[in-house]
Amino acid sequence: MDLLLDGFATALTPSNLLFAVVGVLLGTAVGVLPGIGPAMTVALLLPVTYSVPADSALIMFAGIYYGGMYGGSTTSILLNTPGESSSVITALEGNKMAKNGRAAQALATAAIGSFVAGTIGTVLLIVLAPTVGPLVVQLGAPSYFAIMLLALFAVTVVLGASKLRGFIALFLGLAIGLVGMTSGQPRMTFGFAELSDGIEIVVVAVAIFALGEALWVAAHLRRKPLEIIPVGQPWMSKADWGRSWKPWLRGTAFGFPFGALPAGGAEVPTFLSYVTERRLSKHPEEFGKGAIEGVAGPEAANNASAAGTLLPMLALGLPTTATAAVILVAFESYGLQPGPQFMAQNEALVWALLASLFVANTLLLVLNLPLAPVWAKLLQIPRPYLYAGILFFATLGAYAAGTSSFDLGLLLVLGVLGFAMRRFGVPVLPLIIGVILGPRLEEQLSEALEISRGDYGTLVGEPVAIAAYVVMAALLVGLVVARVRSSRSTTPTSVTEKDEVNA
Amino acid sequence: MSQQHAAPAAPPAPEPTRHRVVDTAQYAMAAFLAVAGAYVVYNGTQLRGGMSADFLPPSTFAYVVGGVLLVLAVLLAVATARGDVAEAEEGEDVDLSSGTDVRTLGLLVAVLCVNVFLIEILGWAITGAILFTGAAWVLGSRHWVRDIALGVALSVGTFYAFYVGLGVPLPAGILNGVL
Repeated sequence: MDLLLDGFATALTPSNLLFAVVGVLLGTAVGVLPGIGPAMTVALLLPVTYSVPADSALIMFAGIYYGGMYGGSTTSILLNTPGESSSVITALEGNKMAKNGRAAQALATAAIGSFVAGTIGTVLLIVLAPTVGPLVVQLGAPSYFAIMLLALFAVTVVLGASKLRGFIALFLGLAIGLVGMTSGQPRMTFGFAELSDGIEIVVVAVAIFALGEALWVAAHLRRKPLEIIPVGQPWMSKADWGRSWKPWLRGTAFGFPFGALPAGGAEVPTFLSYVTERRLSKHPEEFGKGAIEGVAGPEAANNASAAGTLLPMLALGLPTTATAAVILVAFESYGLQPGPQFMAQNEALVWALLASLFVANTLLLVLNLPLAPVWAKLLQIPRPYLYAGILFFATLGAYAAGTSSFDLGLLLVLGVLGFAMRRFGVPVLPLIIGVILGPRLEEQLSEALEISRGDYGTLVGEPVAIAAYVVMAALLVGLVVARVRSSRSTTPTSVTEKDEVNA
Repeated sequence: MSQQHAAPAAPPAPEPTRHRVVDTAQYAMAAFLAVAGAYVVYNGTQLRGGMSADFLPPSTFAYVVGGVLLVLAVLLAVATARGDVAEAEEGEDVDLSSGTDVRTLGLLVAVLCVNVFLIEILGWAITGAILFTGAAWVLGSRHWVRDIALGVALSVGTFYAFYVGLGVPLPAGILNGVL
């Protein structure tokens, strides 16, 4: 408790409070702005880690994360075009509500639901983080190796429509992670001395998230402006409150555990929450036409999952979402390595971060309810300036990372890769997680083999490791079963097609 | 070849969009993966075995990653031939109905290249402004005065913000001494 109070003392100093406000505002703004998500924003802001103290920067990034989650819902509701995959579900009912003239209520239930879920999620994080910490310290290299493999596998397999493309992204990421000196010799450096320290993850993140996205959007820029539904002050009637509070709590219950899992993310829990609310609702006929439960539940779920994501990130150093991955890069640029020892060694920082999550959440509620009409105006920013600005700051961020024009060339090459990935439907998350975890995977395997004197049997010598492999096997079996089932359901049609052709 | 309103037993006209769509550009992606995989494996063979105490030679990961990339390249090529079409990413400002605007893409890459090659000669204050103004122009903005003013304000502003605020010196280039 004392630690938490100390954390609040740190988080509430005027300068840190300012960073939290900036983070929350910036996060919401970029969540609202098309084409930019929280991951890209944190990536673009990584240069601040060169001079801003660690606690302030991380407090700001946490604000961006929470704010971005919330801001995404605004576009879903007002535009019916979700900016982040986590707010796809919100658009289903939210935009219908807006079209029925209930935009204010939709925004209000999203904002208050995010606050409730974020607060409960943060409490869970505070309760769980200290208990998980000592447990993970006991894990050996084989367990780590297995957990990281599980995380990579799960992120690749569980999310996204095409598993093949997921694996393509993952292995491209692992290949990028191979670059650099190993055991005193250059690997994958193409003869460039600049590459001997490996590719700066900042450059990879900015290239894939910011440059790739900006180029992709620029090449497909919508010429017709989107239709924006005007919005007033968000508010809710008593009936709306009555219909919202249970979905908020249930959404939180879905969101947090999924966020904390290695395969985390917000897509699955928001979907589960939506389905549950539709089943439990007293107004099932309203679903598909603008049911408030369908906004309240998924919005709570996505914010709770954001809190959940921080658990494996702090305790194990495992990022499970794109934003968490980039925040991890920020930790690393301070020389901090989240993981087992991290929580014990950086107690003050961790507690300040946790306390700042409460602060960010409260700020989000206080600022966003009155500011909703302003956010809606942001959607009208001229697109040439928006995307020119993204290119400008992407270049700046990548140059500042190494102050060499070599990094800019690299940025361009990887940016074109990011473009190609979007063109071919290859997801970006497995790539970035592959780049981050690849080298650590090798490190843990090397350490495990060092201890066992080269005996690969050590990899299944720890219960946690075995459990991780079992989960992976289960995922694989589930995948194969689903594949067989779906091919069975499509075979009859293809047979009849053939018959028709032969006839 | 067959009329829609012919005898009821006649086969419906085959939908050409569903049958023979092969996303040929995807072969290029597969080829890229194959080249990348082959290079990773080749690079692995060039690595020395390392010291005898090394239980995990640096080539192991290279072989695994490179090998899998090669397999994935083949799988992607096969999937493409079978008519697998990529689901291109959607977004708020993305209009997928009109295909890729190659000209815009090419011009943006050119603008970025200008910055890569000139940043250390001309300095960020100049190339940054060119970058912003150029990109805004490529994307369809025609307010020259406003575009240039914004570009210059951004590049000079960030130059000082990084120098004074973050302690990161951006190249001053030919304006060295002026800024």
